[in-house]
Amino acid sequence: MAEPTPILDIQGLSVALPSNADRKHAVGDLSLQLFPNEIVCVVGESGSGKSVMARAILGLLPVPRVRPVAGRILLEGEDLLAVPPARLRAIRGQRISMVFQEPMTALNPVMTIGDQIDEVVATHLPLPERERRQRILELFAAVKLPDPERIRHAYPHQLSGGQRQRAMIAMALVLGPPVLIADEPTTALDVTTQAQVLTLIKEMQGLRQTGVLFITHDFGVVAEIADRVAVMQRGRIVEQGPAADVLNRPQHPYTRALIGAVPKLEPPPRPAPSSKVPFLEVRGLDKAFRSGGGIFSRGRVVHAARNVSFQLRRGETLGLVGESGSGKSTVARCVIRLVDPDGGDILIGGEDIAHLGRRALRPWRQRIQMVFQDPFASLNPRRPVGRQIADGPMTHGVTAEAAMARARSLLELVGLEPKAADRYPHEFSGGQRQRIGIARALAMDPEILVADEPVSALDVSVQAQVLELLADIRRRFGLTMLFITHDLRVAAQVCDTIAVMRQGEIVESGPTAEIFARPSHPYTQTLLASVPGRAWTPPAFADAPVAAAV
Amino acid sequence: MALAVQRLRYLGRRALQAVPIILAIVVCNFVLLNLAPGDAASVLAGEAGSATPEYMAELRQRFGLDQPFHVQLFHYLRNMLAFDLGYSFRHSRPVLDLVLDRLGPTLLLMGTAAVVAIVVGVLLGVLAALNLNGWRDTLISIFALVSYATPLFWIGLMMIVVFSIQLDLLPTSGMESVAAFYEGWERVVDIARHLVLPATTLSLFYLALYTRLMRASMLEQAGMDYVVTARAKGLTERRIVVRHILRNALLPIVTMAGVQVAGMLGGSVIVESVFGWPGLGLLAFESLFARDLNLLLGIFFLSSCLVVAVNLLVDLLYALLDPRIEVR
Repeated sequence: MAEPTPILDIQGLSVALPSNADRKHAVGDLSLQLFPNEIVCVVGESGSGKSVMARAILGLLPVPRVRPVAGRILLEGEDLLAVPPARLRAIRGQRISMVFQEPMTALNPVMTIGDQIDEVVATHLPLPERERRQRILELFAAVKLPDPERIRHAYPHQLSGGQRQRAMIAMALVLGPPVLIADEPTTALDVTTQAQVLTLIKEMQGLRQTGVLFITHDFGVVAEIADRVAVMQRGRIVEQGPAADVLNRPQHPYTRALIGAVPKLEPPPRPAPSSKVPFLEVRGLDKAFRSGGGIFSRGRVVHAARNVSFQLRRGETLGLVGESGSGKSTVARCVIRLVDPDGGDILIGGEDIAHLGRRALRPWRQRIQMVFQDPFASLNPRRPVGRQIADGPMTHGVTAEAAMARARSLLELVGLEPKAADRYPHEFSGGQRQRIGIARALAMDPEILVADEPVSALDVSVQAQVLELLADIRRRFGLTMLFITHDLRVAAQVCDTIAVMRQGEIVESGPTAEIFARPSHPYTQTLLASVPGRAWTPPAFADAPVAAAV
Repeated sequence: MALAVQRLRYLGRRALQAVPIILAIVVCNFVLLNLAPGDAASVLAGEAGSATPEYMAELRQRFGLDQPFHVQLFHYLRNMLAFDLGYSFRHSRPVLDLVLDRLGPTLLLMGTAAVVAIVVGVLLGVLAALNLNGWRDTLISIFALVSYATPLFWIGLMMIVVFSIQLDLLPTSGMESVAAFYEGWERVVDIARHLVLPATTLSLFYLALYTRLMRASMLEQAGMDYVVTARAKGLTERRIVVRHILRNALLPIVTMAGVQVAGMLGGSVIVESVFGWPGLGLLAFESLFARDLNLLLGIFFLSSCLVVAVNLLVDLLYALLDPRIEVR
């Protein structure tokens, strides 16, 4: 058998960044081959240059600020960096197509799905309108979109996230290109939808012998779908090889650090609870949101929490898991009384705070604090972080000097320099900001910490460090924690007990190990079965430093 | 079909909701105007040169000005509900007739100015965005900045000086040459010639605003993800602009223009005064100094109806342009 020829051959590609960037090249001297009928996963953390590489292939970089300066990108022998614009346009969509991360923004909001796909066909093929429509409807059926005729006339906002991404995939595949580039195509989706879309990509790829270049940051997804893997760090490929080798026997220290940071799906053994008395108890919590409506109409009602009940003993961590829209964040916000519940009780140490007024609530505020999901939006960009940490204690009567001194020592506690107090949020990385968010919550000396997706905006290695920090302060301060997450891997590692939420209701709850071993509710079973890479257990390394990349 | 019915029902409901809004505006106007010192009687008496207190009292009684404030308000509201806007003592004619006479010219002026401002503003904005940092962009931006910063009345006066007095191209004031007795197309042309200067003056500020807004909006939309998708589909740049960016970029302009029609009414007071345009603005200006409160209230009433109606139209237009907005 002859040596197979790659369909896409990237040779020594370098992409220059503007001169004021933190490094000279977004991608440096990168070589990668893609063969027909295989899925190559390019893995890396944010800023590793994986998306820049993907966009360079199709000439989608914001030139002249970011531009390829060296190397060749050969598509069946033709150098994409050297072809004239008209030829490149002919290749886009027809020979190479692309699927993006967020289908909501990647689709034009004021154009129907059908029109947007029809545009691809009409641009490249001289087909009459009827044949184009036929082709689109057939493809909709192939990507398992229900009611193709309706979808064709729908606007992006009228579809669910999963349907939108299916439509994107249909758009990318409509001309049967030999190469598909998928840039984090499942990152914005819920875990059950993600599992379906991954299956779909794999299926379509197999049917059409497509070569798929799959960009992701998630090793679970890699384990699920990849034939070969290339690991990127700071614009370079540090390791590549068959998926099984890279996942189970990684060679490069960076790969080992990344894989070592992936939380394992089986929960570690946990000590039995020290007391039986619940410290935080929520009973029959209800919250509905009404939108629209007025004098003449009733508007829409969304039940974000319906009869939600759970208990937390002192020092315990309860994980509230569920997909987006399940109401887990609403429950968290009710518990710290940022949102007023419609009904039910919230008892802390036996006292009900669900119905206290503003003034009566004040002494409780410092006993229960929150860490937010988005480390970028939850800090005021115009004030030094030390002042923001000191704000809470100062409103409760601590003097400014004492509060600032405490802010400095807290920053040290969460692993930053005390000097950092005088700097502004934009001077910190995402992980550092999340540390600041934790310090801000700790400044109040809380007994209960509510963490709403505290690590889901972070890269996997940073995520591991922040989780470690949370575990550490929880032990040190004896904190009781309500931990909101959509990531079952994280929940397995962090939580003592778990409550699974769907559509505002808790469908199942119990000790973490028990739920993971014997899920009884069908929804919990689906959730667990959807975790990407559940069949793969990340190998443990005795030598791997957890904090290789910050 | 169902959508059309839904839109009609929406229209009906919004029209119904407008009634209390307009009534509230009427009450506010009435209260505010009554807080101002002086009334029609004092102005009439002042113009007569000499007036005895008895004559003043008689005048006040005749106009009902001697009644308690809440009774006056009550009478006024009752008349309003019957579409009786009262009687102007200055002009000795019913307010409704006066106001309707002047509505046409004002709508003509405002409509022309709005269309010019939006169409030309959008075109210039697109042109500037497509030639980002080129000479066209620079030129358009300078033009926009200058128009934006210059006061309306000054532009109006300068236009008269240059185009009417120096070049003698266009008439200085009025809406038509009454003495010429033009008819048919000749009359249309005559009015159009009179319209050029005031419409240009009124539109210039908004034109500059929309140019800047459209430029910024185009640039913002050009950086969106769906533009990258469109490029990855293999579309030409021209098609990306026309089919994808333009429609999205227009949405903020529609919002802004809808809000600013009210502002244009305010601007038309100045422009109509400068150019002697026989519209509502000029009428309001005159009646203010004559303390003709009935007339003034009538003008305010009609203006507020106009603003409410335009806002409703804009909302419907917005629903047509942006499928994400539902009219319900």
